[in-house]
Amino acid sequence: MITAGIDIGSITAKAVVLSDDRMLGSKVAFSGYNAQQAGKGIFDDLLKELEMDASSIEKIVSTGYGRNSVTFADKAITEIICHGAGAYYLNPEVRTVIDVGGQDSKVLTIHSNGTVKDFAMNDKCAAGTGRFLEVMARAMESDLDDFGPLSLRSGSPSKISSICTVFAESEVISLIAKGESRENIIAGIHESVASRISSMARRVGVKEPVMMTGGVARNIGVVRALERALGVSIEVSEFAQVNGALGAAVMAVNL
Amino acid sequence: MTDTDKEKHGKKMQSDGKMQKIMTGYYIDAKTAGETGKKVAWITSGGPVEPLIAMDIIPVYPENHGAMIGASKMGADLCQKAEEMGYSGDLCSYARADIACSVVDGGPIGGLPRPDMLVCCNNICGTVMKWYEVQARYYNVPLFILDTPFSHTKYTDEAKRYVQRQVEEYVTFLEGVCKKRLDRDRMEEVGRLSVEAQRLWQAVLDTAMNKPSPMTCFDAFFHLALIVTLRGTQTAVDYYRSLLEEMEQRVADGIGAIPNEKYRLLWDNLPIWYRLKWLSQKFAAHDACLVADTYTSAWCMSLRYMTDEGNFLDSMGEGYARAYLNIGVDEMIKIVLEMVDKYDVDGFVMHSNRSCKPYSLGQYDIQRAVQKERGIPSVIIESHMVDERSFSESQTETRIDAFMEMIGQKR
Repeated sequence: MITAGIDIGSITAKAVVLSDDRMLGSKVAFSGYNAQQAGKGIFDDLLKELEMDASSIEKIVSTGYGRNSVTFADKAITEIICHGAGAYYLNPEVRTVIDVGGQDSKVLTIHSNGTVKDFAMNDKCAAGTGRFLEVMARAMESDLDDFGPLSLRSGSPSKISSICTVFAESEVISLIAKGESRENIIAGIHESVASRISSMARRVGVKEPVMMTGGVARNIGVVRALERALGVSIEVSEFAQVNGALGAAVMAVNL
Repeated sequence: MTDTDKEKHGKKMQSDGKMQKIMTGYYIDAKTAGETGKKVAWITSGGPVEPLIAMDIIPVYPENHGAMIGASKMGADLCQKAEEMGYSGDLCSYARADIACSVVDGGPIGGLPRPDMLVCCNNICGTVMKWYEVQARYYNVPLFILDTPFSHTKYTDEAKRYVQRQVEEYVTFLEGVCKKRLDRDRMEEVGRLSVEAQRLWQAVLDTAMNKPSPMTCFDAFFHLALIVTLRGTQTAVDYYRSLLEEMEQRVADGIGAIPNEKYRLLWDNLPIWYRLKWLSQKFAAHDACLVADTYTSAWCMSLRYMTDEGNFLDSMGEGYARAYLNIGVDEMIKIVLEMVDKYDVDGFVMHSNRSCKPYSLGQYDIQRAVQKERGIPSVIIESHMVDERSFSESQTETRIDAFMEMIGQKR
């Protein structure tokens, strides 16, 4: 059976095509202004790459912030359930999933059968999300992709509050003005994100093995800071960013 | 389910219109008190209203007014006005809306009638004391504060004496303002009516034990108004008796509050007044019925502690002091677990209300206890009861959808 999962996030759209438990391909693109177009666009592009026809896809599940805008999907399922299903597909032993995306961060615990046991999400604040890191990258005049490696070179991470993105940005600007090193500030930013997420994770109760998913999982600095904050090792799959779409494709199998 | 079955469920209640009429009459009476020579007292939602009724004083509830402001989606403007006056945005949105409303005569009924006195009972929170002090200064009227010590697990003899002494002072205060004595026989009659209305209200809420439930907590939020405002009157007794009959008839006819009740849920904390319709439709779309809540049942709590019904004035203290928001988290957990069992619910929806700290503090502990003891899923929705600026639709939607998917997966 061939299924597809489409994840429309606040920053990027992701698509995955799955054939009988084998991932045929995946794609990531910016969501842009129109969620409906983003879903259609990424799905068509991925099918083109795979030289497949839309008619060969039997079931489609959409997920993410724009899940209800994907009108051609058979069902919309929240990213919470899909990230659980995706992580379980990649490693059935995983019991805790930390997903940090563009505007949401969430922690979910999963049962041994892959269903979600409990979850917590960030409240109405961008601190502890991908958007927070984007704002910081702009303030630092750095490329977000360099954040991970740069932070690993820090000797003494700066203290940056985790209460509010706007306040944290002004803290960062004053640290820059004081001449603090880029490495230390970036490491401090990662610790701030980690502290926000780790308190949410503790609320749900962290059970190992832990997997991190979502776009921010690509940032090794955040992953390491989270490992230190939680005292556990965290696995990150190469499909971390498309994990929600992968989970959606997995959920589509049982529709 | 046949089409006829579908039609009969989710039907509007006949009592809705009756309630609206009573509340309109009540507010007209209150607003014209100056012309009829009656006195008006503003009182907190958990305060002992019965002596006011016995003294023929019209009780007016800024919190009920706050709920009306919220439901009319006028909360954000009034809260903003209060912030312009210098009140912090972190304060209770009922307090902010009420304080601003006094100045601008805003809101859905053009402001509350001017009070002749204020009665504040701190069994629901500490904010009410400062809020009522502000209003006492603004209107230049006497204020009576009934201080109910926090009853973590027990109601001690000392607490009992302390509250009882204040009940006597409360009567003296009212007699002073009204320049007349309290008729003790009338007081006992009002007490009897109060207890009767509370019993009937509890019986109405208990009809939700039926499957399908004839009512949702959204119905309870609406029908609550009289047990809050007119407790101790024959009007409230008659109303709840007829509402109970209507609910029992719905049960007998197998009418459910939502078309296809598949899941039963428990709500915690105050309603999100400006989003009631959206929330009720959201849950109904998942075939989920919010059958009960910890909020509306708070107005029949004193039944637990009413030891001497024939002597209401002397025995009401404990019920007021042990209100749901004036007890420890361990006691709250007991009550929530009782409700989980009684109404046989599949999940627990907790409104983390940034506007009401005493209600929201301890929610994570209660959530953990419910998960541990009963193993049912729960969800936390962060919002505000009146200030709609704090509500995020897409975030709330994702939480509710995921929660319902989780319950579905569990089945």
